[in-house]
Amino acid sequence: MNHLFEFLLRQGDNALVLGHRTSEWCGVAPALEEDIALANTALDLIGQTQLWLGYAAEVEGEGRTANDLAFRRDAYDFRNMLMVEVPNEDFGRTLMRQFFFDAFQVPWLDALQTSSDQRVAEIAAKSLKEAKYHIARSAETVIALGDGTEDSNARMQAALAYLWPYTGEVFVDDDVDRAMADQGVAPLPSTLRGQWTATVTETLTNANLVQPESGFAHAGGRSGKRHTEHLGHMLATMQTLQRSYPGAVW
Amino acid sequence: MSTSKEWPLWEVFIRGQHGMSHRHVGSLHAADAEHAIRNARDVYTRRNEGVSIWVVEAAQITASSPSEKGPLYEPARDKVYRHPTFYDIPEEVGKM
Amino acid sequence: MYAQMIKSEATQDDPEMLAAFQARIDAGEKIEPKDWMPEGYRKTLIRQIGQHAHSEIVGQLPEGNWITRAPTLERKANLLAKVQDEAGHGLYLYCAAETLGVSRDELTEMLLDGRMKYSSIFNYPTLTWADMGAVGWLVDGAAIMNQVPLQRTSYGPYARAMVRICKEESFHQRQGFHIMMAMVNGSDAQKRMAQDALNRFWYPALMMFGPSDKDSVHSTQSMAWKIKMNTNDELRQKFVDETVPQAEYLGLTVPDENLRWNEETGHYDFSEPDWSEFFDVISGNGPCNTDRLNARQKAWDDGAWVREAMVAHAEKKRARKLAAE
Repeated sequence: MNHLFEFLLRQGDNALVLGHRTSEWCGVAPALEEDIALANTALDLIGQTQLWLGYAAEVEGEGRTANDLAFRRDAYDFRNMLMVEVPNEDFGRTLMRQFFFDAFQVPWLDALQTSSDQRVAEIAAKSLKEAKYHIARSAETVIALGDGTEDSNARMQAALAYLWPYTGEVFVDDDVDRAMADQGVAPLPSTLRGQWTATVTETLTNANLVQPESGFAHAGGRSGKRHTEHLGHMLATMQTLQRSYPGAVW
Repeated sequence: MSTSKEWPLWEVFIRGQHGMSHRHVGSLHAADAEHAIRNARDVYTRRNEGVSIWVVEAAQITASSPSEKGPLYEPARDKVYRHPTFYDIPEEVGKM
Repeated sequence: MYAQMIKSEATQDDPEMLAAFQARIDAGEKIEPKDWMPEGYRKTLIRQIGQHAHSEIVGQLPEGNWITRAPTLERKANLLAKVQDEAGHGLYLYCAAETLGVSRDELTEMLLDGRMKYSSIFNYPTLTWADMGAVGWLVDGAAIMNQVPLQRTSYGPYARAMVRICKEESFHQRQGFHIMMAMVNGSDAQKRMAQDALNRFWYPALMMFGPSDKDSVHSTQSMAWKIKMNTNDELRQKFVDETVPQAEYLGLTVPDENLRWNEETGHYDFSEPDWSEFFDVISGNGPCNTDRLNARQKAWDDGAWVREAMVAHAEKKRARKLAAE
């Protein structure tokens, strides 16, 4: 197994799948200002996807491109965490997920800036600027919606309950993580748990939301062993042209 | 008629480059000032247009009324001595 | 053209004031929100700017339909950025309309309950990826024809919104044409998609300029007020003259047997669209009218709790801040 390739797929697939989910909001968000903001987030994530998967394709050295990786792999070859592939449901769950993701990405990308791999460090530095803005927006929105009305508080509490079991996956170290840590490419994800928890606790408290007690975590996305049923539907949509017209240039 | 309370209107001013003054670029809706700043960033700096953003709630702006246009601006019009071309300086003095 | 069939409102103002107002416009002055203006001017502008804004927002839907199916990461980003711009343009235009004393929520409700319209073009479906090319090339192309002169319109906030929109929109038509170029240089299936898209969008694009001048009763007052800058037929002819050579460059056939260059006039002769179809579409019987309005209604309803919660949070925050002082 090429550990660096696996590692890069994880970064790229997180950005790709979340970027795709976020792009589903274009044209139907609660207000024009939010519509535009969500599209900015999606555009940032698609841009990050191109960098991560572009580098992954180079590292693999099989002549594939970022587009081949995005549009010609099946679900079991995807390496994103499960949390980013579940459906948007509503604006509340979408922003709650974005916040959970950002709360990990900011310290994670910050640490990757000092990666022993120069390319990883460069991509992280560019992505970190975007992630810092994303968390400012997602955290404030989670607080506003949690604090807003009785109805909005209930909706955010439900979003929290749904997403919570998906938040733990990223902190469980595996062989790829250990290899990356040994080579100085990335820290062990488990080492970021404390920082993530502090950020999340502070924001959820300000949002008048009750953090679930369960520590149970779904797994299977980062390893590709068992994705949710949702990813297949997403890929069927996303990959339709590349799959229907193999070899066509668009 | 509108059933719920609409987000208030904000006017957005952006400093495009260091050293320039803030310029009015447009308006948007937001629930409060912080929200307005975030929205302004997303709506009005999509093409790298800004280094600093001001937002002002539109209802807080006091504007001169058009009928006062004469009294407000015309007095300045005859103060031509405020303009450099008012002063005739011989060419041999050089650039001034 | 995103504003079609805008009926000028009759105006019953003091003739002297009206004459002075018209003199300002004739002198090329801009009318600003707090200036005196005839009631008909104000109402006509609300209708026109509102319809223009609605068209941008409803116009997000047919293209948004393909964002999740864009064939490459680059195309996905380009298309998303373009549809996002449309949301931005809707926003600028709603704000311009708001300076005339109507709120965005009121305008939205008038769109949803059918009191206000949007451009007929967005009631046509986008069926293949080539439609993203055709919409950018033809629909944005037609819109630009209308919007460029509107930068000189007499109402200041509208003119300024159009300046910003035209600046941002410069990449939209090129984005569409670029998609078409890839399609016509591609496989037989892609070429077929490209021709099919042109076949379906040609006449709807011609309809965007509105009915023929001889049937258009609303133009005279709006042109005097400089809120309509050119006649429908002028713009339609200009569009055909510019677009036909582009279609030839692509190797595509414009679906019009009567299309030919006229040496005498220096313009193309072309067939009129089927105006009965146009009137069907604007009266609610286009292929997508119901789906488009339902989609807008659903987004509006689904977002209500978010809009309310943001306001409630802002009020609580203000109250807490006051209590702490």
